[in-house]
Amino acid sequence: MRAFVRQLRPALLVFVALTAICGVVYPLVVTAIGQTAFHYRANGSLVRRNGALVGSELLGQTFTAPGYFHGRPSALTDTPIAQVSGASNLGPTSDELAAAVRQRVTAYRAENGLPATQLVPVDAVTASGSGLDPHISVANARLQAGRVATARGLPVDQVMALIAHHVDGRMLGVLGEPGVNVLRLNLALDALRSNQ
Amino acid sequence: MSWQAILQAGALALALFITVPPLGNYLAAVYGARHGVDRAPGERVFGPVERLVYRTMRIDPRREQRWTAYAASMLAFSMVSVLGLYLLVRLQGSLPGNPGHRPSMSPAGAFNTAISFVTNTNWQWYAGEVSASHLIQMLGLAVQNVVSAAAGMAVAVALIRGVVRAGTNQLGNFWVDLVRTVVRVLLPLCLVFSVVLVSQGVVQNLRGDRVVATLDSGASTTQHIPGGPVASQEAPKMLGTNGGGFYNANSAHPFENPNPLTNLLEIWALLLIPFAMVGAFGRLVGDRRQAKVLALVMAGILVLITSLASFAEQSGNPRLNALGVDQSMSIQQSGGNLEGKEVRIGAAGCGLFAGPTTGTSTGAVNCAHDSMTPLGGLAPMVHMMFGEISPGGVGVGLMGLLIYALLAVFIAGLMVGRTPEYLGKRIQAAEMKLLTLYILAMPLALLGFAATAVVLRSAHTYQAGPHGLSEVLYNYASAANNNGSAFGGQNTATTWYMSTQGVAMLIGRFFTIVPALAIGGSLAAKPKVPVTAGTMPTNTALFAGLLAGVAVIVAGLTFFPALALGPILEHLKL
Amino acid sequence: MSTTTAFPGSAERPPKVRTKAPATSTLFDRDVLRSAVAGSVRKLDPRQMVRNPVMFIVEVGSALTTVLFLRHLRHGTLQENLFGGLVAGWLWFTVLFANLAEAVAEGRGKAQADTLRKTRADTVARVRQADGSIVETPSSALAVGDRCVVAAGEVIPGDGDIVEGIATVDESAITGESAPVVRESGGDRSAVTGGTRVLSDEIVVRISAKPGETFLDRMIALVEGANRQKTPNEIALSILLAGLTIVFLLAVATLQPFATMSGAPQNIIVLVALLVCLIPTTIGGLLSSIGIAGMDRLVQRNVLAMSGRAVEAAGDVTTLLLDKTGTITYGSRQAAEFIGVHAVNPGQVAEAALASSLADETPEGRSIVELALQGFGLAAPCADGAELVPFTAQTRMSGMDFATGRQVRKGAADSVRRFLEAQGAHVPRELAPIVEEVSKDGATPLVVIDRVPGEAWRALGVIRLKDTVKLGMRERFDHLRTMGIRTVMITGDNPLTAAAIAAEAGVDDFLAEATPEDKMALIKREQAGGNLVAMTGDGTNDAPALAQADVGVAMNTGTQAAKEAGNMIDLDSNPTKLIEIVEVGKQLLMTRGSLTTFSIANDLAKYFAIIPAMFAVALPQLAALNVMQLGSPRSAILSAVIFNALVIVALVPLALRGVKFRAESAASVLRRNLLIYGVGGVITPFVGIKLIDLALSALGIK
Repeated sequence: MRAFVRQLRPALLVFVALTAICGVVYPLVVTAIGQTAFHYRANGSLVRRNGALVGSELLGQTFTAPGYFHGRPSALTDTPIAQVSGASNLGPTSDELAAAVRQRVTAYRAENGLPATQLVPVDAVTASGSGLDPHISVANARLQAGRVATARGLPVDQVMALIAHHVDGRMLGVLGEPGVNVLRLNLALDALRSNQ
Repeated sequence: MSWQAILQAGALALALFITVPPLGNYLAAVYGARHGVDRAPGERVFGPVERLVYRTMRIDPRREQRWTAYAASMLAFSMVSVLGLYLLVRLQGSLPGNPGHRPSMSPAGAFNTAISFVTNTNWQWYAGEVSASHLIQMLGLAVQNVVSAAAGMAVAVALIRGVVRAGTNQLGNFWVDLVRTVVRVLLPLCLVFSVVLVSQGVVQNLRGDRVVATLDSGASTTQHIPGGPVASQEAPKMLGTNGGGFYNANSAHPFENPNPLTNLLEIWALLLIPFAMVGAFGRLVGDRRQAKVLALVMAGILVLITSLASFAEQSGNPRLNALGVDQSMSIQQSGGNLEGKEVRIGAAGCGLFAGPTTGTSTGAVNCAHDSMTPLGGLAPMVHMMFGEISPGGVGVGLMGLLIYALLAVFIAGLMVGRTPEYLGKRIQAAEMKLLTLYILAMPLALLGFAATAVVLRSAHTYQAGPHGLSEVLYNYASAANNNGSAFGGQNTATTWYMSTQGVAMLIGRFFTIVPALAIGGSLAAKPKVPVTAGTMPTNTALFAGLLAGVAVIVAGLTFFPALALGPILEHLKL
Repeated sequence: MSTTTAFPGSAERPPKVRTKAPATSTLFDRDVLRSAVAGSVRKLDPRQMVRNPVMFIVEVGSALTTVLFLRHLRHGTLQENLFGGLVAGWLWFTVLFANLAEAVAEGRGKAQADTLRKTRADTVARVRQADGSIVETPSSALAVGDRCVVAAGEVIPGDGDIVEGIATVDESAITGESAPVVRESGGDRSAVTGGTRVLSDEIVVRISAKPGETFLDRMIALVEGANRQKTPNEIALSILLAGLTIVFLLAVATLQPFATMSGAPQNIIVLVALLVCLIPTTIGGLLSSIGIAGMDRLVQRNVLAMSGRAVEAAGDVTTLLLDKTGTITYGSRQAAEFIGVHAVNPGQVAEAALASSLADETPEGRSIVELALQGFGLAAPCADGAELVPFTAQTRMSGMDFATGRQVRKGAADSVRRFLEAQGAHVPRELAPIVEEVSKDGATPLVVIDRVPGEAWRALGVIRLKDTVKLGMRERFDHLRTMGIRTVMITGDNPLTAAAIAAEAGVDDFLAEATPEDKMALIKREQAGGNLVAMTGDGTNDAPALAQADVGVAMNTGTQAAKEAGNMIDLDSNPTKLIEIVEVGKQLLMTRGSLTTFSIANDLAKYFAIIPAMFAVALPQLAALNVMQLGSPRSAILSAVIFNALVIVALVPLALRGVKFRAESAASVLRRNLLIYGVGGVITPFVGIKLIDLALSALGIK
């Protein structure tokens, strides 16, 4: 017991010292480097349109209009203070999950004019891990292309080409999985329209 | 599984093969150097910083400690840290650096959070977006990410010294080990890693949320784009096997883990130091093959579990197939069970993260473990139940495997007709008493609290059916093993869970470290027995198999009944 | 056994090792079994069972299931009651089988000890009082320090030292060797054992041990149950077993809440059955009998161990110190050749050697005489009026001075050389090379000189005394080497001879011209290097070294001081016994380790038997885990319980006999034992439980 008490003073002193080094010096150094060398990235990869901030390249957002590609279902929680990222955390045998998926499948088919036999890509009917997934699968995008083309009066092929153009492929050829960045795709669609 | 996913795992292995040995040698040099006598690498750069700290602390870095003083130092430091962090989060609302105006934490929440970060668990009952200000994240949580890792590494080195030294009772100086680890190992690595992360998109700023109108004005939603010193916290979160992220979604959040490269780098980072400690061990005991055996055991279990998780998730959730969902793998989609997962990471990528994160005591997640398939969720659960030895948390993982090695040596050593001995030190009654204490701590906390929670109505916050039992088992396994990942579907922000998980974390951390340090002290005092043809070899493949068998069998025998009623039953019911 | 001279003193003939009847015959000894069965029931006393935590839990479980069975008896179905009763019954059997193992081991030990004790039949001792009178006292009432007069034909009443007189003693009661041995006061052969018979002359024996506290009595106490203390390794293993038991207790106790939550609450009887099957009952039940049987195996080899710790230390020995004479070599050197210096032919050497050895009673001397008489057809010279010049430590020479005035001497080469130089006599140049060549060969050279009146001493030649290495020693040392044990030969010979013998015998190292101080220094050096040292000794001057060594085996023929200093006593006084002692020590630890591994490995199959059975009704999906396809839930659980009990009984012979010992490296021993007891331990219960289940189904028990 005495040994413990004797060590309390060095403990307190090193705690203060290390808090200063690790809690003040270190993060401020990293912030300084980040802000100077990687300003865009360090500040959230913000995307603007016509000078106005519309979102982040890395974060998914809600799209409901027929002329936009829709992102994945999200379990983001809105609170007065902040939007809390997160997943549904529903288990695989959960009835709640089955009900939600069933409903989403029906809605997806209806929305995109697909027959009742069309298998729906899994990313379209499952909630993402963060609630902020910026991507959808290529299959999902291609099934939405028809609806988007019709809503914007564009040839489907052009929409398909645009999709292909906005695929974030695997990095270094093997890392991760390919996906379509919905915000960038929708911005490109809007850019098309404004050019027309 | 796609061939790319397999190659991705191969790339991870390659990255480790290349970086672990040099770091292991560096660690051995840093820890093996006696203060003022040997020159540890980086003396010119780091020496002055360390000396300043020692002067501030008013300790003599040349003095070494017996195991009792070493343990007392570690406990004192942990206690001071808990108090400090507790005060910080309780006063959060009144402190500056709070652009988002986060309120102070409740006493129970503060208690749980303080213990959680100090014990390297980083269990987060709270959501970072609403409950933690930037100041607290930087000054309280990130600091503990660094120093709790350093404390874990220090105690492992003390145990190694106990094995290596003979006829002495000195195990080193905890303060020197702690400061050296922070200054010469963790901070340099964190600095470099955090900058790399920023370059890929992990945010690093000091502003609050930006509220923007989304592109689709018809959706009439706004988006809060969060800020914060994330990269500087993310680096020690992974490198120190902590797992406590900035945001609620942890490494599923694009601002913490933006792309597949950062995903791979984060997995590499969380495995780096635990494996490097094994390399340092090999160098310090003067027999590389001993380290290879331990690394083989760690890698073997890790690969098996990770493969199980990846395959299970990639195979998808059979129940969804019946609902018209396409989970197949094709050019156009990665498929698999994507509930709770990110597209850029994929189902297999979730398994690739889940295995290492639960094999070390990290507990960060890049997908929702609660939504994994029964077998997919069984993998990380069982991985934790092995006691975090594959490769385990920084320092404490090696410590745990060494304790298992003593157990394996004891059982098998008798079979060759000698008093069991490990690396020249006899294992006798005193060591067995401490070893038994060590082995009992985690199951006691895990099963004891889980069983009680299942009986108490007030603790009934889990889902129905066998999945609910899985949730309870997983969350207590996470606390008792200082992991910190969760089956997040269960509400653990109640007083019952916050207090019992807090106690479980304390038991898991200190009722293992203190007996291990005592074993170190006991071994250090013993003489070294020479190696002869009659010594049971511990640097052969046979011993590796034996050690893996002992670890798996002991965990299996303890937890099989509970697992049978949880994830295994859920799988059979699928 | 003195080792410092060219003449080894009057060494005994190499003692025979008595082989007792094989152990298995006493395993099935009717009397031992019968009393063991009674003993196993007596051991059910909870106060005794508490000392073995694992089996105590089984006993508590048995009592609990019995109570539950009886309470449920009235309203249970026939099948339910049959199940409950059988489980309770077999749980009791589990405890009883474990107790039986211990009782059998103790019984065998007692039987062995009784045969030795019989030699201590109560006799009447004649105690000499301070005033010289003799008082007759029964041997059981003797005190330490009593001086007993024992005459020819009488039995020595107790352990002690001879303080007066010299006699021949028949020690067959202890050693089985019927050839009489000489015991005399002073020197290294003064110790006598109670129960042996004096054959000639009369001696006065000072009693050194209270009746009931002789070495034999102390050893018996080590074996007998009630006061038996656990040895260090046993304690360590017991701690581990207790720890595992707590873990399994935890697993089973928390199973009930989980099962209830899953809708399948369990019958307490089933939970108790699961617990008993999981805890390491196999090793828990057999641990004490392994230890007792190990000590017992030493008694079979006529070795008394003074503590269990010593037996375990024997298994850990890494360095063996062995005396050359009598241990590595036959001990009595034989004259093999006479070599003359220049101009002297062997016959002349033979004649002088013969003359100098006429009165030499040592085997060496007699062999010289024999070789001279038979090899050269010489006749013994007349010894009338001749004066024997005895051997002394200072001169290291001996010989005869004849009435004719002729003097002959023989002795160690360097002593003779010094003598000649002191006398101013000529030392032939060829002498040194001959001596060196004989030494290099591993033989002992004795130089023969003589003097005729009026002339100077002349060196005639060299007698080659061959010291033969015992048959089979090389193989034994090779075995020891594979086990990682270093052998060091201790001898008083000169370094050249020692080196040659060491090379021939195949020892790892040797210490030549060794004094007791040299021996002590060697032991300390070895221990400083972390080695465990074993040695034998008999003299008082061996006592410090015996105490210092980790395993000190004192010869029974040695002094009391030696016996007190060592931690084992070899009744056969056979120095090679040390090797067997090491094997017994290792075998003891091996048996413990193998059965522990087996016990834990068994648990795997038991889970696969019981878990699906427990939940088969409420959670039918778990039937997928029923890999053994057992008949019904009840028969599955019952089969596991029965198997658990039977495996204890089945392994009793192995526990008592010990795992088969082979001299191999640790790596190959590990591989083999891991395969047999580890892998075998995993597979055996799968087969065993299935077979029992089939038998139960055949009997209609479901």
